Amino acid sequence: MIEFRMPSLGADMDYGTVLEWRVRPGDAVKRGDVVALVDTEKAEIEVEIWDAGIVDQILVPPGQKVPVGTLLAMLRAPGEAQPGATPAGAAAVAPEPKTAPAAEAAPAPAPCAPAAEIRVAPGGAPRRRATPLARRLAKELDVDLAGVSGTGPEGAITAEDVHAAAGGGPAVSERAAALATAPPAAAAARAPLSAERRASVRRRIALAMERSKREIPHYYLQTQIDVSPALAWLAAENLKRPVTERLLLAPLLLRAVARGIAAAPDLNGHWVDGAFRPGDGIHLGIVISLRGGGLLVPTLRDVDRKSIDELMRGLRDTTLRVRRGTLRGADVSEATLTVTHLGETGVETVFGVIYPPQVALAGFGRVTERAWAERGLVGARPVVTATLSADHRASDGQCGARFLAAVARALHDPEAE
Amino acid sequence: MTQDEIRSTLLAALGDVAPEADLAHLDPRADLRQQLEIDSMDLLNFAIGVHERTGVEIPEADYRKLATLDSAVAYLESRLR
Repeated sequence: MIEFRMPSLGADMDYGTVLEWRVRPGDAVKRGDVVALVDTEKAEIEVEIWDAGIVDQILVPPGQKVPVGTLLAMLRAPGEAQPGATPAGAAAVAPEPKTAPAAEAAPAPAPCAPAAEIRVAPGGAPRRRATPLARRLAKELDVDLAGVSGTGPEGAITAEDVHAAAGGGPAVSERAAALATAPPAAAAARAPLSAERRASVRRRIALAMERSKREIPHYYLQTQIDVSPALAWLAAENLKRPVTERLLLAPLLLRAVARGIAAAPDLNGHWVDGAFRPGDGIHLGIVISLRGGGLLVPTLRDVDRKSIDELMRGLRDTTLRVRRGTLRGADVSEATLTVTHLGETGVETVFGVIYPPQVALAGFGRVTERAWAERGLVGARPVVTATLSADHRASDGQCGARFLAAVARALHDPEAE
Repeated sequence: MTQDEIRSTLLAALGDVAPEADLAHLDPRADLRQQLEIDSMDLLNFAIGVHERTGVEIPEADYRKLATLDSAVAYLESRLR
């Protein structure tokens, strides 16, 4: 049996609530499949599973807040017999413990809450089972749950069921009503961040930044980088590429940061209990501003091992998920260094505040055209200001200088893999 | 595609990159990037969304023709003809 537990989706997460199960007992899953939608205080997160198998039992119903590490579901490994197995072919039937022939009973499965407990709503009174999302949606769309048939685990009503019951197929929302002419796809996006969620995001930023400025002795470095080679390379590449494969400067900046880290590994990791712990890879937190205030910092993992195209796709998909307000589990895994790219808003220079327990933050401003002297000649060049904020407990200015120099070298030579 | 269909297709693609925006009250002649605070990544995702819905391949040099809703409708109309 494989145990699927409530994952830690960020260092500051203690509890999570399963909003929706995306699988049911009997479903086969493979590594990387999204199996549940989990609510942390920060965001709604689609949680992936990292083992292949068949879902055997779901142990925690939607709506129940449980601590990180709580057993959520049991899976059978590929090839593993169902405990007290019914003959193959009856696979679609949900296993009912009492029907299992006692003689064949395999060693008892891990003790867990009896299924009966799951059927009872938190209040104890029997009511229609529905995910919180579905309830919220039902209220918004004025749908009576009593008349909705559930397709979720154990007949629970899911958001999709509510959508369907609302009469407009799987993708009706208020916005669609406002845009009567828009095709359903327009409304398929999830509701954006609620006011409550925004307040929670704000609180978390406040806590992290307070701690950072209280504990971390920052030092700051900056350098200007001529990005004409990088922009020329991008323009030439993009001419050859269809719109779906087009590149922006951002993935080149991320790759340059990974090169910088290779030259200055003391910037990549965490400061824990008075000592530096190097990161187990180069996992970059990417600052994405939310419209209306606040920001989310999803993580792009193993940046040094990804091609430019993989980085670009990762950034694109992550941005779309942030906009929709639904992240993936991998997005919220712990970053080893954060990158902010405030260039879009027009500022030239950004000195960031380090996100503890990380020990450095790299910043990039707007690309501006500048008079640039090189080899005795002055010309106009597109220039970006790269900055580093670093924790002086973990590294010194020399190390930071090596980092920025390597970032500049990487941007000067965009073709170097 | 009629003009109205093009318009609703564009709004659908915008809805993906700016789900929180009130698209019903968009000024069709004003700059989309400023109205919706969309950045270059959002703009690219918008162009991809339009491509996926219409099959129109949009060269980078034509992004500026997507600047407002009206100009984008006109652009797509000419490309779809």
